[in-house]
Amino acid sequence: MTDDERTIYYSKAVNEALDEELARDDSVILMGEDIGCYGGAFGVTKGLYEKYGAERIWETPISENSFVGVAVGAAMMGLRPVVEIMFMDFLALALDQLLNSAGKLHYMYNGQVTVPMVLRTPGGAKGGYGPSHSQMLSNLLVGIPGIKVVAPSTPAQVKGILKAAIRDPNPVVVIENKRLYPQRGYVAAGDYVLPLDKAEVAAAGKDITLISYSSMTPVCLAVKEALKPVGIDLEVLDLISLQPLDKESIFASVRKTGRVIIVEEACLTGGVAAEVSALISEHCLDALEAPIIRVAAADMPIPSALALEKFVLPQAEDIVAAVKRIQEY
Amino acid sequence: MNDLISNSDLLRMYRQMVSIRAFEESLSDMFGKGLLGGTSHFCIGQESCAVGVISAARDDDWLISNHRGHGHLLARGLDIARVMGELMGKLSGYCGGRGGSQHLSAIDHCFLGTNGITGGGIPIATGAALALKYRKSSSIAIVFFGDGASNQGTFHESLNMASLWKLPVLYVCENNLYGMSNPVSKSCASGNVAVRASAYAMRGETHDGFDVEHVHRVAGEALARIRAGEGPELLELMTYRQCGHSKNDARVYRTREEEARMAERDCLLLTANSLRRRGLSQEDIDAAAEAARQDVAAAAEAAMAAPTGGRRHALDGLFA
Ligand SMILES: Cc1ncc(C[n+]2csc(CCOP(=O)(O)OP(=O)(O)O)c2C)c(N)n1
Ligand SMILES: [Mg+2]
Repeated sequence: MTDDERTIYYSKAVNEALDEELARDDSVILMGEDIGCYGGAFGVTKGLYEKYGAERIWETPISENSFVGVAVGAAMMGLRPVVEIMFMDFLALALDQLLNSAGKLHYMYNGQVTVPMVLRTPGGAKGGYGPSHSQMLSNLLVGIPGIKVVAPSTPAQVKGILKAAIRDPNPVVVIENKRLYPQRGYVAAGDYVLPLDKAEVAAAGKDITLISYSSMTPVCLAVKEALKPVGIDLEVLDLISLQPLDKESIFASVRKTGRVIIVEEACLTGGVAAEVSALISEHCLDALEAPIIRVAAADMPIPSALALEKFVLPQAEDIVAAVKRIQEY
Repeated sequence: MNDLISNSDLLRMYRQMVSIRAFEESLSDMFGKGLLGGTSHFCIGQESCAVGVISAARDDDWLISNHRGHGHLLARGLDIARVMGELMGKLSGYCGGRGGSQHLSAIDHCFLGTNGITGGGIPIATGAALALKYRKSSSIAIVFFGDGASNQGTFHESLNMASLWKLPVLYVCENNLYGMSNPVSKSCASGNVAVRASAYAMRGETHDGFDVEHVHRVAGEALARIRAGEGPELLELMTYRQCGHSKNDARVYRTREEEARMAERDCLLLTANSLRRRGLSQEDIDAAAEAARQDVAAAAEAAMAAPTGGRRHALDGLFA
């Protein structure tokens, strides 16, 4: 197969990871709504039901709290359930089992059990889905002890990360993104896994660091390209892992450029950007040549109308404006 | 049917019930002396539910319990000193003091865990049953919860899924007439819990939970049907908690008359009567009770002597 043929959609990369893990390990099962012949709301699980059947692909009723709890129970008994929550907003209905069971059981039962489950869910706005189908809720998750949280931004990342998550003995939330599903990228053939706790320099630069994850990484990369002609050399650090944060990579980039803009699709207040910013202030204040800037969604519900959505969500222009500000400081 | 339970079996069940009662009386004592932190939920009066069901189960049937779990833990035969130690926050406890009464598991005893979230254990048990079915095991998941928990979405969602998927799970509702202060008449529109099973095409029965022999028999029958592949069931046991909901409860929501009336159906009294009717001597009955109390006293002493964990034990072990 040529490299060109291995340029696949993000959604296909997720599908491949699931397919390969289902084939590799019979303790892996999938659970979620409409993930059977329908293939999931975003077509991510297409073909898996036909291939693995009802014994491996558990199509659940619309009962988020309980089927996440069912996954916890099955995981405690040694299965490796991979649960799909159709839209990240619906995670609210399952938060109890994530917060009170999945994240706590290994610790509170003193290591007698592990909870090797994965919860995958698409966050973020796709344009016009409106208030209950558009949020990036990474901010809710990173405050839950005992849960690993990753938000890969490319097809290659999501495949290796999801496979690693499935093999990890701990609960892992994999935040996918509706805007990333139709994006393409090169994905190596065959089996590989990526570390769950490492950031990646998506593009090296020397003037200013843009720190981002999920859907905002491609936007940051586009801004980097757009500003190249005017002589601004941006570094883009893709976090990938939100819990734990790869502090070493963050600090290394900050020490290199001395100027930091953190970009995320979640609300401004109390989010990942706020946490990264706090870490930098604690550990690298001496390296900063300008105050840290956060570019994030407004602390608002996301309106349906496309004409309105762009005022709430972070846009490329907002990043460009932040670059200007930080340069002029 | 009662002759299914031999005299020695019933005497053993009696001894277990007494040890559960003595265990909680001992805890009550420790609270009084300031030896225990937090709170605890006693099952005084409900021991027959735990002992009746668990004595009918196989040792490899998995148990899941709620906040009122001491009876279930002891009926499964856990080491009393280690349960006590857990409540006292000792390293010798089953969870090294990290879990306490409401978060206690003992995997070696197929005890998946007690659970501090009302209704939280119900989907977990359902998932355990899913795993058992997936692995073609002949074990069953048995989950205990209260009437109050049957108003949680997790109860309804889980019963629905278990019935759809014919999972090997027995849902045991100990209906003690109250969820904290809230009487069933004000919380369950259906009046009783068992009828709710019919909405999920599941067998649901209400039974007298005071009579340990009866509980043992009906639970055994339900477990046999489930093991034969007939699908999950809901078993509602009518019972009464003679004590308050937790440590501090003035019980303003019920009358002392009601309590006195219900105390006449105390499961220890009923079982002792039955043993006498079966011809056992008062001496033998008293000896069993005394042995149980001594077990608990010895366990309390051992637990008291055990050390607590330190900083590392508090901060390590979040991830596997
Ligand atoms: C989600 C949740 N809500 C409320 C509580 C507080 N709480 C603990 S036990 C209890 C009553 C439960 O009643 P029931 O299920 O009937 O069990 P019982 O206490 O009668 O054994 C309540 C309200 C809790 N622990 N978890
Ligand atoms: Mg109750």
